[in-house]
Amino acid sequence: MTEPVLSIRDLTVEIPTRHGLFKPVQNVTYDIRPGEIRGVVGESGAGKSMTGNAVIGLLDDPARIASGEIWLKGRRIDNLGVEEQRAIRGGEIGMIFQDPLTSLNPLFTIGEQLVETIQLHLKVSGKEAKERALALLDRVSIPDPKTRFDQYPHQFSGGMRQRVVIALALCSEPSVIVADEPTTALDVSIQAQVLDLIKELARETQVGVILVTHDMGVIADTTEQVTVMYNGQVVENGSTDQVLSAPKHEYTKSLIAAVPRPQVKLHRFPQVSYGGRETTFKIEDLARNWAKTEPSKSGKLLEVEGITKKFLEKSAILPSWRTYFTAVDEVTFDIKDGEVFGLVGESGSGKSTVARMIGTLLDVDGGRIRFDGEEVTAMTPAQIAGYRRQIQMIFQDPFSSLNPRMKVESIVAEPLRHHKLLPVDQISGRVQELLDRVGLTRAAAAKYPHEFSGGQRQRISIARALATQPRFLICDEPTSALDVSIQAQILNILKDLQEHLGLTMLFISHDLPVVRQMCDRVGVMKQGQLIEVQETETLFADPRQDYTKKLLELMPRLAQLSG
Amino acid sequence: MTDRPIVAPEVVPSRMRRALDSDLFYAFKRSPVAIVSAVVAAILILSAVFAPLIAPTNPFDPSSLNLMNGFTPPMAPNAFTGDTFLLGTDDQGRDVFSTILYGMRISLFVGFAAVLFAVVLGIFLGLLAGYFGGWADSFIMRAADVQLTFPSILVAMLIFGIAKGITPVENRDQMAIWVLILAIGLSDWVQFARVVRGATLVEKGKDYVSAARLIGRRPYAIMLRHILPNILSPVLVIATISLALAIIAEATLSFLGVGAPATQPSLGTLIRVGQGFLFSGEWWILFFPACTLLALALSVNMLGDWLRDALNPRLK
Repeated sequence: MTEPVLSIRDLTVEIPTRHGLFKPVQNVTYDIRPGEIRGVVGESGAGKSMTGNAVIGLLDDPARIASGEIWLKGRRIDNLGVEEQRAIRGGEIGMIFQDPLTSLNPLFTIGEQLVETIQLHLKVSGKEAKERALALLDRVSIPDPKTRFDQYPHQFSGGMRQRVVIALALCSEPSVIVADEPTTALDVSIQAQVLDLIKELARETQVGVILVTHDMGVIADTTEQVTVMYNGQVVENGSTDQVLSAPKHEYTKSLIAAVPRPQVKLHRFPQVSYGGRETTFKIEDLARNWAKTEPSKSGKLLEVEGITKKFLEKSAILPSWRTYFTAVDEVTFDIKDGEVFGLVGESGSGKSTVARMIGTLLDVDGGRIRFDGEEVTAMTPAQIAGYRRQIQMIFQDPFSSLNPRMKVESIVAEPLRHHKLLPVDQISGRVQELLDRVGLTRAAAAKYPHEFSGGQRQRISIARALATQPRFLICDEPTSALDVSIQAQILNILKDLQEHLGLTMLFISHDLPVVRQMCDRVGVMKQGQLIEVQETETLFADPRQDYTKKLLELMPRLAQLSG
Repeated sequence: MTDRPIVAPEVVPSRMRRALDSDLFYAFKRSPVAIVSAVVAAILILSAVFAPLIAPTNPFDPSSLNLMNGFTPPMAPNAFTGDTFLLGTDDQGRDVFSTILYGMRISLFVGFAAVLFAVVLGIFLGLLAGYFGGWADSFIMRAADVQLTFPSILVAMLIFGIAKGITPVENRDQMAIWVLILAIGLSDWVQFARVVRGATLVEKGKDYVSAARLIGRRPYAIMLRHILPNILSPVLVIATISLALAIIAEATLSFLGVGAPATQPSLGTLIRVGQGFLFSGEWWILFFPACTLLALALSVNMLGDWLRDALNPRLK
């Protein structure tokens, strides 16, 4: 076996806080060999990125390396001075960050940034640096490098930008690249291309890659070695095949089990059982209190007919001078009573805009929305208030969807108070019940949202949405900001609610395996248009549109996984 | 981090406990500048509030004045009456220490009231502009832009002049304080409106506002109950710094003779009166009110600066 190019030995990082010493990384040890891609996987807060930052010497101020060693090609680098560390950073060790938009300087052309970086690390003439830069752009498969060389970052798409960032990382001919969630901000189709590129580069230039990710699919597709981290510690180290097919540690086992499977439809999502305990909650009680929902007259609770949304792209005084961007283009579908309807598509395909139009958060520019036979688009403000009581929404970002200055009690009670659904003296009791049902303790009511984790906040959101006893629930990417273990808990809550309360749901997601588990029927959106609507099983087994086929092919393959 | 159910103590901490536990108070305890400024400001404000209890004489009560005591230097007995005054007396025999305490009351009252007025007006207009956008936004913000093209002291003098013109002569002295508040407040609302508008635009896009709209809350309820509490910290910071500026603005106006009348002297009026005696040797009549103004404005300003840093670590 070849000598490792980078070794991390017993690395511990500590952050002094006012509540004592906090150790986000404890005794982490792993090696990277030339040309090898090592995946580092774990939930948020597991210390994956912190380890990467310690290697590059980019720990944010109060954080520091408490003990342990980092060796790069036989040289110890963790105890070097600021100047020497800077030479290594971007020199021997390259970096790729999550967000390609913020890691490029918007004021300089791609070419200028590449040439500057090359000249900073290699002593070459301007002309030679430019040649190298062009070769690098070609190397990362950017078409027509000569033209692209003089363009600015905003003229590149997300995937192209990430390629440029990779080219920047390669400028100094590094021996190791630290890639921190390099594809998380990208769509699935682009993600696959970027990962392929990283794989190819590692093989050809013999650069060692540390690939930090939370996505088991990425690990399975891309890496040869994997390090599983939990709570700042390495729980398992080994070759990817071996760790995925025969995990030794309990945490790894449950983490792998919790990844939604695209192949089969399961009744419930398997949960990560290690560490946290599963919170139980009592749906049955809620069902008893739940007002009997009337079935809709036509059997179709929601009918959407040719709805269109245009956003102003260029404003002008005269209406005829204005230009518009069509975000949603004549979308038509219906949702039956008690059905879970999925909407999938890449970012920018108009899924959320559809959801917001149904939720009356955005005005409709054309077409009709009918709820239980009533035309929403023609309602008076008073009727809309009644309609809004019957629909509720769960948002993607659990951090912005709860008012940080309101106590949980007030947040959940607000719909009850506003619609005067209960006498004032019963409100607090109902809030307690609702919190109980989503698996939060009673003490939660008196706290503020910032005291909760992402998953707990999403539970609060669900409690708020249930307060008005809605007939229709819109879930806009409810779990895409959450870790896989917490995702399973939230999705199970939604599934149970749907089953026991007969809720009708619109479920929006870009995660196809999740959609397969959750939905009865699925619509596929592409550039504002709904291109295909099918029963879930039919869609996954026999997609009609080429675009759908492509999406399905790009689903992360976890075929080799057990379970 | 795993999503454990919260194992919190069932006891809910009291408001006081929360305040003492907060990061802000923690940062406060560790900042000598903040502590010193807060102590100085607190001493000055408290002594102004309790002026009638602290001041040895009431400078507004003509019967307590003795013209013979005029121009007594600090800490020295008067040549005719033998009375000693801590900070000396002015030309009419008024105790400078007492006039400072009473003058500070007026300065602080005008400062607080003017800032309060500017904050309320600025928040109201800023929320309207940010939340509704469109022509309301254009109208309010253009008005703000126009006002910013004039120096605020000029705006204040203009308002003061107009107000003086329309109030009857016999009420002028009584109205002077309120006109000052109006003038300073009106010249100061723009910065609050701008900050509030910007913050409102950010908050408006967040999902908790969408959630409130879905519940069916009316725009005014959303603005006051949801958005306002979330944009108060920048407003608080500007208000603190504005307080110092308002006190100075009041002093400037009074110094120019268009502010508080001589019968209700503020610190600025005292400085105006005092500067006439500076070159004839009676330095204390000017010096002590000026020092008090400096200490007051500086301590409040430093407190505001510290507050801004503490609430927004990125600015450090």
